Amino acid sequence: MANQTSKSGQTSKSGQASKSGLLFSGSDWDFKTLSRAYEAIEALAIEELHLDVYPVQMEIISSQQMLDAYSSVGMPLMYRHWSFGKHFLYQELLYRKGGRGLAYELVINSNPCIVYLMEENTMALQALVTAHAALGHNHFFKNNHLFRQWTDASAILSYLDFAKGYITRCEERHGVAAVEAILDSAHALMEQGVFRYHRPPKLSSERQREGVRERLEYEERSYNDLWRTLPRSKDGDNVGEKDPGMAERKKTLNLPEENLLYFLEKNSLVLEPWQREIIRIVRVVAQYFYPQRQTQVMNEGCATFVHYTLMNTLFDRGLITEGAMLEILRNHSNVIFQPGFDDPRFSGINPYALGLDMMQDIQRISTEPTAEDRDWFPDIAGNGNWRETLLDAWANHRDESFIRQYLSPALMRKWRFFILADAASEPHYEVASIHNERGYEKIRAGLAHSYDIGASRPDIQVVDVDLLGDRQLRLEHKVKNGIVLEEASRDATLRHIRRLWGYEVSLAAIDAQTGGTLNERSTSQIGE
Amino acid sequence: MPIFIDRRLNPKDKSLGNRQRFLKRAREELKRSIRDQIRTGKIADVDAEHAVSMPARGTAEPSFGDAKDSGKRQHILPGNKHFAPGDRVPKPGQGGGGSSPGKTVSEDDFRFVLSREEVLDLFFEDLELPDMVKLNLKEILAFKPRRAGFAATGAPTNINVGRTMRNSHGRRIALRRPKQGELDAIAEELAILEAEPASAATHQRITALREELERLERRRKRIAYVDPVDIRFNRFDFRPVPNANAVMFCLMDVSGSMGEREKDLAKRFFVLLHLFLKRRYDRTEIVFIRHTHEAQEVDEETFFYNTQSGGTVVSTALEEMHRIIQQRYPSNEWNIYAAQASDGDNFVTDSERCIGLMDSQIMRLCQYFAYVEIIDERESHIFGTTDNGTSLWRAYNAVNQRWPNFQMSRIANAADIYPVFRQLFARQPAFQKSA
Repeated sequence: MANQTSKSGQTSKSGQASKSGLLFSGSDWDFKTLSRAYEAIEALAIEELHLDVYPVQMEIISSQQMLDAYSSVGMPLMYRHWSFGKHFLYQELLYRKGGRGLAYELVINSNPCIVYLMEENTMALQALVTAHAALGHNHFFKNNHLFRQWTDASAILSYLDFAKGYITRCEERHGVAAVEAILDSAHALMEQGVFRYHRPPKLSSERQREGVRERLEYEERSYNDLWRTLPRSKDGDNVGEKDPGMAERKKTLNLPEENLLYFLEKNSLVLEPWQREIIRIVRVVAQYFYPQRQTQVMNEGCATFVHYTLMNTLFDRGLITEGAMLEILRNHSNVIFQPGFDDPRFSGINPYALGLDMMQDIQRISTEPTAEDRDWFPDIAGNGNWRETLLDAWANHRDESFIRQYLSPALMRKWRFFILADAASEPHYEVASIHNERGYEKIRAGLAHSYDIGASRPDIQVVDVDLLGDRQLRLEHKVKNGIVLEEASRDATLRHIRRLWGYEVSLAAIDAQTGGTLNERSTSQIGE
Repeated sequence: MPIFIDRRLNPKDKSLGNRQRFLKRAREELKRSIRDQIRTGKIADVDAEHAVSMPARGTAEPSFGDAKDSGKRQHILPGNKHFAPGDRVPKPGQGGGGSSPGKTVSEDDFRFVLSREEVLDLFFEDLELPDMVKLNLKEILAFKPRRAGFAATGAPTNINVGRTMRNSHGRRIALRRPKQGELDAIAEELAILEAEPASAATHQRITALREELERLERRRKRIAYVDPVDIRFNRFDFRPVPNANAVMFCLMDVSGSMGEREKDLAKRFFVLLHLFLKRRYDRTEIVFIRHTHEAQEVDEETFFYNTQSGGTVVSTALEEMHRIIQQRYPSNEWNIYAAQASDGDNFVTDSERCIGLMDSQIMRLCQYFAYVEIIDERESHIFGTTDNGTSLWRAYNAVNQRWPNFQMSRIANAADIYPVFRQLFARQPAFQKSA
């Protein structure tokens, strides 16, 4: 609905609405109503839930623009790459065919927090989305320790702006194909392009980056091949001849290294400075999304809990009409729909549903605990202060630890969780545990484990490279529970690594328990 | 108070660039897919959007991933109804994809729609058409502006003076803009009064007249002679240039010697001519005539996919074509184009008859007649440009020398097709006039 056409009608309506104490009535929205609704909801969120949020910037977009945003990994700014075109075609197809509706909102972890609202939404939906994204997600982004420590909300947009411009400049200078080749290879390693164990360095400011770039350009300009012919110093010669041995090599290169992109960016012998910068851009984007992937259940749970609580409070205080509340509840129940494993609609555990249920369960445990809860959660059972408990959980956990700590037996019974053991060698699954006394611990641990990205993604590290010898890059894949890599994609990815490294690359599969080598694959065995 | 930004008016199609890059990357496979569709589809359908499936090569985005059929893993699932620990559940299908979590439809397996331009680009690629021809074929229709009433906005060159002045006149009357005549009358009276000796009465009259004059002049200044609201512009509608009708005859030898490859090449040859005609004429019809030792008019499906056994008598097709022209397409109403594809086999005695038919009847009626002889790639080296060849080739060679609107060529692959039409496309301006 075009806002301009409904403006005149809306003002008179909202005039009535404010007289009757309602935030809005009817389904049309305008900016005044949106703003009034946001202020009421924000005040309520601070009063009721003690939320602490970044300032909000709301942007109204059309469905076409929402599709655009989808295909560039949800960011408002993104460099150009064919794979985004492919994703766009896919999303567009799903949308056109009615296979999938578009999200009502999109929220970006930045400061100010950017919330995209779809113009098609009714006012009731806009209020719901405001509570969900502008307050729920926003609070989570600002307070969760993963986001606080690992991402830099205030710098991301300007960084992406820089990245887009930089890649465009590279395309002008070096050709689209050359840039695309580097991006293809870097994208293949995005999963292996994050620091899992130590914190990434802060995004440098624009000025610092400018300085680094200028220095690189200066080096390129002033490069003189003559320098290479100078006799080396004695020490350097010694190091070269003596072969410092593996231990020393590892120490100087800081091996093993889990961030393959970082390693290649810093140590590859064949990359030009601009290629390194592009790898760095991909790496930074991957790192930026890493916390989001670790906190799906919590992030969505937090947002859903916030919107559900706030919308109910608004309704109880008579600020929204029954019709609007009905629409909100309908959408709410669609979002948290969780079919059973044998339902044809089942496609995994719905993070909205699990998150909301766990958070409401925490609320229940802290206010009206059962004897069982007192056994399982002596810290929080009956403490009566569910707000503080939730705020603490939101701030200090990721999915894995949150489930490990807070999934209660009552909830496992409600969800009727069970564990299916799946051994590739067997022709059948075996039910390992169900929701009973003996199974609770196992189910909780198993579910938590399945949300541990570090454990569920292949663990691949750079272990050795002899820069003065054959320069073969040796990678190691720790095989857990006998799960090996899929061969076709492994070979294709290895080819990409070889492109970035410039020399042969080998990947050894090492059994995590026994330490024995299962197999070894080198790029010399793989054709182009 | 949150900041609001209305992004709806921002430029759309932000991902268009990415889409183009993707298509470029997938070009080879898309081309093959379009070629298959053209092979199986109708000639007239080439000029439209096409849905193609996702090309698999070149567009994969590999990354390290677990092999689904290895090792041990656990699935934690909701909704247990009757399982107890130790129960065994048979795996559905193989590999056990069915109930394991998180399996959604693969992003690499879907169909998407290419626009008409994109389809034609891919179609033209092997045909090695000159760019200008490509551009001409892609352009949908020639438009010509036609007068269509008046508009309140437009370019200054299109101002319609008559209409503008009429509006201005009406407005001046309605608003009672003082006319020049009134002012002149007052000025004249003033001049007379001022010339008379002064008296109290005349003095009073003069003052009154001066005030009146001043008032009228102020009013004239306020009410413009021509106001922006009066201005009218000529409005133009862009209408397609009126084109005559065209009919295209596709003649093809369907005897056993025409295989899959020959038919595919023939089809592309027909498609190209059809694209040309479709762009040039409002209404184009296609008549398919297949022949062995006898000819018949058939539908497109039968034309390309049914084989018929028998000898080869080309003149039967020409006779059939002539009969249809007489019956349905009088040459004063229709532009007649013909395209014939054959492998060149013909009964020796019949070739003479063909020359006769062409000379006496068909070439008089046709705007253009193109003949292609589809030969093996190896043969193309042998024959080259020599005039020797099959009996039909030799016969048509004689026709070729007499009729400028006759074209013939041997083709062994798709790139050879265009030269057959080169003259047709080169002579465009002349054709446009006659059409």
